[in-house]
Parts: sequence; structure tokens; C-alpha cells
Amino acid sequence: MVVISESLVESQVEDLSEEKTWGQVAWTMTRKYPLGAFGLLIVVVMIILAVFANILSPYDPEANAFEHMLTPPDLQFWLGTDQFGRDILTRIIYGARTALFVGFSCAIIGSVVGLILGVASAYFGGRIDLIFQRVMDVFMAFPLIIMALAVVSIFGTGTQNVIIAITIPFIPRCARVVRSSALAIREIPYVDAARALGFTHTRIIMRHMTPNVMAPFLIMLSAFVGQAILLEASLSYLGLGVQEPTPAWGLMLQGGAEEYAESAPWVAIWPGIAISLAVFGFNLFGDALRDALDPKLRQQ
Amino acid sequence: MYKYIVKRLLLMIPTLIGAAILVFFLLRLIPGDVCELRLAGTGLYADPAEIELCRTNLGLNDHVLVQFAKFVGGFFILDLGDSMWTGKPITYEIGLRFQLSLQVAFMATFVAVIISIPLGVISAVKQDTWIDYVVRTFSIFGIAIPSFWLGIMIILGLLIITQAWFGAPWMPPIEYVSPLEDFGANMAQLIWPAVATGYRYSAVATRMTRSALLEVLREDYIRTARAKGLLEKIVINRHALKNSLLPVVTIIGIEFAFLMGGLVVTEQVFNLNGLGKLFVESVLNNDYSMTQALVMIVVAIFVFTNFVVDLFYAWLDPRIRYS
Amino acid sequence: MRNVYSKLALSVAVGAGLVLSAIGGSGTALAKKSGGVLNFVVGSKIPSYDLHQETTFGVIHPIRPFYSLLIRVNPENPSSPTDFVCDLCEGAVPKGEDGFTKYTFKIRKGVKFHDGTPLTAHDIVATYKKIIFPPEGIPSARKAFFKMVDSVSASDDHTVTFKLKFPSGAFIPAVATPFNIVLSKKDLDKNGFNWHKKNINGSGAFTFVQHQPGSFVEGKKYAGYHHKGQPYLDGYKAIAAPKMAVRLQAIRGDRAAIEFRGFPPKARDDLVNALGDKITVQESDWNCVLMTTPNQKRKPFGDARVRKALSLAVDRWGGSKYLSQIAIVKTVGGVVFPKHPLAATEAELVKLTGYSKDINASRAEATKLLKAAGASGLKFDFSNRGVDQPYKVVGTWLVDQWKKVGLEAKQRVQPSGPFYATLRKSKDFDVSIDFNCQSVINPIADVTKFLGSAGNNYGSYEDQPLEDIYDRLLRAGTEDEQRKIMREYETRAISDQAHLGITLWWYKINPHRSYVKGWKIAPSHYLNQSLDNIWLDK
Repeated sequence: MVVISESLVESQVEDLSEEKTWGQVAWTMTRKYPLGAFGLLIVVVMIILAVFANILSPYDPEANAFEHMLTPPDLQFWLGTDQFGRDILTRIIYGARTALFVGFSCAIIGSVVGLILGVASAYFGGRIDLIFQRVMDVFMAFPLIIMALAVVSIFGTGTQNVIIAITIPFIPRCARVVRSSALAIREIPYVDAARALGFTHTRIIMRHMTPNVMAPFLIMLSAFVGQAILLEASLSYLGLGVQEPTPAWGLMLQGGAEEYAESAPWVAIWPGIAISLAVFGFNLFGDALRDALDPKLRQQ
Repeated sequence: MYKYIVKRLLLMIPTLIGAAILVFFLLRLIPGDVCELRLAGTGLYADPAEIELCRTNLGLNDHVLVQFAKFVGGFFILDLGDSMWTGKPITYEIGLRFQLSLQVAFMATFVAVIISIPLGVISAVKQDTWIDYVVRTFSIFGIAIPSFWLGIMIILGLLIITQAWFGAPWMPPIEYVSPLEDFGANMAQLIWPAVATGYRYSAVATRMTRSALLEVLREDYIRTARAKGLLEKIVINRHALKNSLLPVVTIIGIEFAFLMGGLVVTEQVFNLNGLGKLFVESVLNNDYSMTQALVMIVVAIFVFTNFVVDLFYAWLDPRIRYS
Repeated sequence: MRNVYSKLALSVAVGAGLVLSAIGGSGTALAKKSGGVLNFVVGSKIPSYDLHQETTFGVIHPIRPFYSLLIRVNPENPSSPTDFVCDLCEGAVPKGEDGFTKYTFKIRKGVKFHDGTPLTAHDIVATYKKIIFPPEGIPSARKAFFKMVDSVSASDDHTVTFKLKFPSGAFIPAVATPFNIVLSKKDLDKNGFNWHKKNINGSGAFTFVQHQPGSFVEGKKYAGYHHKGQPYLDGYKAIAAPKMAVRLQAIRGDRAAIEFRGFPPKARDDLVNALGDKITVQESDWNCVLMTTPNQKRKPFGDARVRKALSLAVDRWGGSKYLSQIAIVKTVGGVVFPKHPLAATEAELVKLTGYSKDINASRAEATKLLKAAGASGLKFDFSNRGVDQPYKVVGTWLVDQWKKVGLEAKQRVQPSGPFYATLRKSKDFDVSIDFNCQSVINPIADVTKFLGSAGNNYGSYEDQPLEDIYDRLLRAGTEDEQRKIMREYETRAISDQAHLGITLWWYKINPHRSYVKGWKIAPSHYLNQSLDNIWLDK
């Protein structure tokens, strides 16, 4: 029975690839989900910027250069400079690093922990499930700002603590969705069979249940990246996020957008566009992923 | 059904208790206290004895369990106590802001509905055409723009445009007037945050409308209706839309709950004296009593909305009641 | 000893000639018009209404106009740090008798509180007793200002006498502090000492109308105000707006006419560009300064060479030029409020460590000192407060300045609550931003900040020679002598020992709607806020 179920999963996976080359798959997907492909393109560009930041940007993202302060965009500084004379393009390119690091870390940690907890909760069921759900309720309903302030105050500021603050509310959201999918799977006889065969809980959860909730998991994961980038910007706006002089988009907006929105609009506009575009890209991609993975929509 | 309702109601209790414990201890882990801030926060010399006195007067020197008992007990005797920052009753402080937050939440939800339902329907009916893509791009962009940035741009845009067109810069009022007192001034202030927030929140509802409608459109009875030769418009309006509204209503309901306590950033930008701003201020002032009360209200609204949604589903789908 | 303090009293008077730049201001030629409501924005929150217990300008701006003071900074000459005039008293501010240990105030007749109760000397006595000798359990934020006071009493309904334990030049400025609002004895007797936290009954130019918490405070003209002909306004509305951008936009969109704290330079430029002559700008040096405090309990900051290097790395003269374009700081100065007669001149300043105009030489010396102290490439934790203007701007600038001598400061920005807990309680920092901001300018009292023994010094050090110099400073008789000892004190505190590093003194910029007349900028956002002399030219 177990063997059957595993090959069943495999055959589903094969459906998608069917011996086609990567190029063909990509082309098919692009035709089918043009918006998703566009989103992916934005994401890929962002990743390239982040990885090759030191090669791509000619200036130091942190050093003050007051002689160039608040220069409008020109040939030397394509997007202008900020109030400390730092090149905005450079800071946006380096900011992609911070954004991706925060976005992916939060999304991956949040959704993986959520996945494990959600599946385990569904698998064990009964009282454990009940208690667990209540705990998740508490964290889901709990306001993010208190959590963020507590984390920042207790552990200090810095990128890793911003990640902790944003990840905590992600976990219950993912766990909740994964759990409801996992509940349906638990009813399928093969899980009972695996138990009857004396497999350990860990093995059943990891090998048999988890792969079957990959669709909601991936959907949540992709949605979280964009949300995390946005949340990081909001926390920075409230003064609880990443700190100067680290180049981060939210931080660039926080100091600059308010004071220089008019006299030096480039300080306010570019980081805002960078955030919007990045989140937009991740959401488009996530949306397409959802369509592709949602069995109900796939039937047609 | 009654049994189910009672069961669900009882399940709310542990969540509320859990939230109470979490907020109480989390706040006390945050360094700094309201008295330090009040007496030393302006950089003047502050006498340590004065700070101690202030702490004693606020009950901060009581045993932590005594403080906890007072906090939880307050909910049973319906006395939330006084704000540690202003010394005014918490119910009074919150009551003032509640009106504004409720109004903005209603207006934003209204904006979200009038954007999302037509767009979602168009998007589903014209699935995978360029219209669908434009609609989805528009709505996804709404979630992508940071709300505080959008707010700043709106206000600055108003100032610049009004100055260019009318000669004098105009901005929305910065103090709240009840709609019953002066409807025009009230709207002039609240319409901007409502549109900014509503646009943002319409994205999820648009998506939900689209996919729910797509699902229903594939059902047999729709095919039958179409086969009968009914006009497409009637099929969509009378048959499909009605049946796909449930998940849409649900998602709007849940978002409304978030709006009530979640407009933290937008209220800052538009200088709205709502719950979100009070929240940020109380947290930053280390005003424990006020923050605790606000958290409990936000959690209660959230839990209650979930309860209503669950009930709604249970009422529609009897299987849930017995599982 | 007695003589010493009398000389200190004199020393305060020498600042009388001090005049600060104030551009624009009131059109003196115009006839003052009555009427109209002044809307202004306040960037801070109101804790309670009882100013005796509070310390923030967030309560001064909206609440102070409901009350009167015994004496106040001259509203027609607020830039002078020593020009005090009577508010509730009559005639000139008393000079002090019996070797400056007795001050007798004649109280104005016919003054009434807003509820109709006549104001007498007994009300003044009750007020100052609440401030100086509060009953147990009643906080008083400025009790320590009046350590020299022995007793306060009324010999009749119109005479109040303060007896001092010792002469002190700090007494009169302390009385003039704008937080010392006069309350009614009747209210204190009848309603207790906490009544004023939530209720208002003053004798100021305006009566309380309403307060919508978090939103605004409204006041209307008090017809029975004791300064005849005043106030000119029919009323005012103090609107809360915590975000700087909102306050700026509010003035631009004419939702408010003025903000009394201060705007950054770009905000001023935006307003002037957009509104031209509809905006008037008043500017002044500001009696506030940010400092860096190295924690001397932590290695290697116990080493004066390292502390000096921290100061040497900072280009104050260059920073002034640029930071004054983006932050509310401007003037290079030492321990004393710049332009005060006791402050160092530029020639004296440049001799101090870190004040040289040759920044490259300073930085070379810093590198050398760090190497000698074995602290080259030192990495340290730099604690800062989560407030944009000017904390975070100055912080970002400092981090970059230190980087230029190979020091790597990691900035840790915390909201005010946790920041003060770090600074005052846990002392868990290598270097922290610190802040000195006073209302009435009183250099000899203000510079206690640099003493290791001072309650508001967080450097954790003991420096007996410095304490000795301060003692001599207190005893100094003539202004020349005071100046000389002040230089000695300054050199020891921020140059030889570099206990604290002074950044740039704040600079107050108040752009306001040009129709606001009669208000003159003071070197502190706490001062000159009774609003009784403001009128609107509309």
C-alpha cells in the first residue's frame, strides 16, 4: 500500500515534467501563466542584483559623501543621492540583498516550521490537536507590533531579530492551512496502513503526509516572501526594523520619504518603487503558482 | 447546532487566556518603564526617588502575580483601570478612538467591496484574456505598495495639485469630527485613508471572487442554464455570483476584523486618532495597562470574527457540526 | 560660603546682554488686532495636566496657556537667558535680601482663577510647597531644583517670602521654569494633590474648553486675565500630530499656523518655496545638545586615549556645514550654550581636542592614539534613541565619522523606553548617545552634567580634579574668573579626559504662517508659551 502511494505521488510529479526539456517546460508555463512568468522575471532580476551587488554598484552603500548630498538623478548618480550623499542606486541594489535575505529567511523558516507543526497536529489529532490549535490562535490573533517590539527590545535590533519578529506570525498561518489539507489526507487509508506496518510517527509524517501537502505549503511560502518584505518596510517605518547604515529599502523610506518627499522626491520615490516592484513580482509568481497547484482550477 | 455553538464559544476562552498571559509577560520583558520615560525622557535630571514613587503609585512595584490578577480580574468586574500614561480610564480613552476606527474600517471595507466584486467577476468571465491580466495586475499592485508610502504620496499629491489648480494648498483635516456633527469635514478627512486601505484590501477579495466564480461556473447547473439558452449576463448574475459569494463574504469579514486593530501605519500617516495610533503610542510609552487592554480587544475581535465565520459555515454544512 | 553664593547670583545676571538672532517675528509697527483662533500642532503626547509632575513639552504647549507663573521669561525678549519679569507678582523681580537668602514677592491684586476664586499669596505658597515639599506619595519632577529653599511663606494676602538655606544664582531661574504653574489653594485643600492631573483651574490667558485625548486641546479667551488687553486671541486649538511630516503638511495646508518645537531645515525650505511670504521663519540657537557618552566601565573606554580618539575622529566644523542642512543641529560649541558670555570663543574652541579645523591632522592623531592604546580597528556597540530628528541623523553621521579612523560602531537604535533603560539602568552599552536639554539657560547649573557624580551622567567614572574645578567655579566671583575656570573645566571634561563628546548644538527653526504675530522665538521650546501676546493679522 505504501509503495503504491509513493509511486502515485511520483506519477503526479511526472505529469508536470513528462520528459520535456527545461526550456520547453518554461515556454509552456510562460504561455499558460504570462503574469507568473513576468513575476518570476522580476524575482530573478532581483536575485541577480543581490548576488552581484558589489560588482554592479560603483559606490560604497554606507560611506557618507556630503559633498554630493541630495544630488538629483544625473549621469554620475543615475537615481540621485540621499541626504548623506550616498548613491541611491547603490543602496537599492544592496537593499535587494537585505530584502531577499529577510524575505526568504522569514518565508522559509515560517512555512517549514508551520508545515511540520500543521502536519503533526493533524496527524496526532485529538487533544494534542485541540491544544495546539488554541496556541496557534493566540499567536495568529496577537498584534505583530508588540511581538516585534518585544523581540527587538529583548534581543536587540538587527536583521536577524527583524526576521524572528516577522517569522513568528507566519508560523500559525501556514500551520493552519497545512493542517486542514493534512486532515483530509489522514483519512486516506494508506496512513492507517503505514501505522499498521509499525512505522515511526516521524517517518509517517515526513515521508507520507508531508509530500501530500506540498501544494498549500508552496503557495504559503511564495506568498510569505512578499509579505515579509512589506512587513520589514513597515517595521522600519515605525523605527523597529533594520538600522542605519545598513542599506534596506524600508529604512531608506523611513528617514527620507517624509522629509524629502518634495524637495528631493527621488529619495522617497525609488525605494518605494523598489519595494512595490519586488512584492509585486513575488505576488504575481505566487498567484500563478497557486493556479498551477490548485487542483480545483487545474481540472479544466 | 446549540451544542456546536457552545463548544465553539468555550474554545474561545483558552485563546483569550493565552493571549492575556502572553501580552502580560511579553510587555514586562521589554526594558524600560513608563515612569523612567515620563521623568527622564526629556533629558532632564530625574530623581530616582521620584521614579520609585511614580512606580509605586502605578502599582508597578507590586508582585507580578498581583499585577496579573488585577489585570485579568479587571475583565470580570468590567473595570479595565486607568491608563498608566494619562491616568484617564481606559474605557474612556478607547471609546473615543473606537468610533473613528470603526468608521474607517466600514468605509475601507465598502471601498474594497465595490472594487473587488466587479473586478473579480470581470476577471473570471474573461479568464486568461488581457482584461483578466490587467485586472489582476491592478489588484496585486494594491498589496505591493507599502501603505505608508502611498499615504505620504496621496497627501503630498493633494497639496501640490490643489496649489497648482486653486492657488492655495489643501490637505485633509487633521482632527476628527463626528459624521453627525459635520459630515463634510468627516468625509474630507476619512475618505483618503479609506480609499488607500480599501484598495489594498480589495486585492485578496478580488482574487477570491475570481476563483470562487470560476469554480461555480464549472458546475453542472451552470452548464444546464447555459444550455437552456439563458443570457450569459443572467447566468452570471443570478446563478453563479450568488453561489460564489460565501467565501468572498468570509474573507471580507476576516479582513474587517484585521482592519479594526490593524491600521497601525496608515493612522500614523493620516494623523487619525484611532486605535492603531493609540496602540503604537501606548507600546512606545510602556503603558502596560493600556496596551494590555488594546491587545485583548484586538484578540477578542479576531476570535469572535472567526467564531461567526465558523458558525456560518457550520450552518451551511451540517457535516462540520458533527466532526 | 555665603559670599560665594551671592557671587553666583551675580554671575547669572551677566548673561543679560545676550541676544540671539531672530529673523522676522512680530511686526512692531502694526496695530495689534484682537480675535481669531490659533491652531498649532504639537508633536508629543499629553500625559497628565499637572505640570508639576511632568517634564515634556507635549504638556507645556497645550496646557501652559491655562495657567500663570510667579515670574516668567520676558515674552518680549525671550532670547535673553536672564531677562525675567513678573507674571503674578508686581514690579520688578526681587533682587534678594539678607545676602541673597531672602526673596520677597509682592503679589498682584485683583487676579482671579477661572472659577472666580481670587488669587492670593496663599495660593502661591501652596503651589510652591507642592513643588518643593510635596506630601508623601505626591511626585514632583523639579523638587531637586529647589534644594536651596528653606521655607516659603505668606506674611499677608499679597506678600510671599522665600527663605534660602544658602545663596544660589540658580534660584530665580528655577522659579521662572515654565512648569511651575500656580494652582489654587482651595482646589488643593478641597480636592487633594492629584486633582490637577485631570482637571484644570488656572489664572492664565485662556480657559479650558475641552480635551479630546490623542487629538486636540481647546482653550478660549479668559476675559479676566490679569495682563490687561491680553490675550488677543479668542482661543486656540493645540492639535496632536506625532509625525513630523503631518505637522509640516498641516502648516502648508493651513490646518495649523505654527509648531513651537522646531522643524528640520528642508522642511523650512519646502514651506518657504511653496508659500513664499505667507511663511515667516524665526531661528535661534537651541539650549539642547546631543553628546556621546563612552561607558568607562567597559574596556577600552576607561582609557582616555580611546575616548579622545572618539572625539578627534569627528569633524565638527565640516559636519556643521552639512548636518545643518539635514538636521536640527548647527552650532559648534563646548560645554556652555554657544554665544553665552561664559561660552568658549572660536579661538578657544579650536584648541580643544576634536575641535581643530585641520581634520586630517586630528584623524591622524586619533589613529595614533588608538594604536598606542591597542584599540586600532575597535568594534563597539553604539546605543541610539529611535527618534529621527536629530538622534538618528547625528548617529548615522557619527558612525561614518568613526569609520574614518578605523573604528567600527554598530548602531543599536531603540525606542525611547528601552533606550533609557539601557542608558540608566542596565548600562549595557559601549558608547551611547546622551542628551542635555534645559529650559531656562543657566550654564553654571547646566554643566553639572559632565560631573561623574551627577545624577544624569551615565559614563560611570569618577574624576576628582574635575569636581574640584567645579567647586572653584561655584566660588568664582567675577565674570572673568568664571570664564577662566569654565575654560579649565571644559578642557578637563571634554578635551583632556574626553569624558563626553559634544556633537553640535541644536538649532531651532520655527517656520510659521505670516499672519501669526507677536510670538518671539526663545532658545528653548519650553519657554514663552503663555500665548497671551500672540495676535493674528488676518
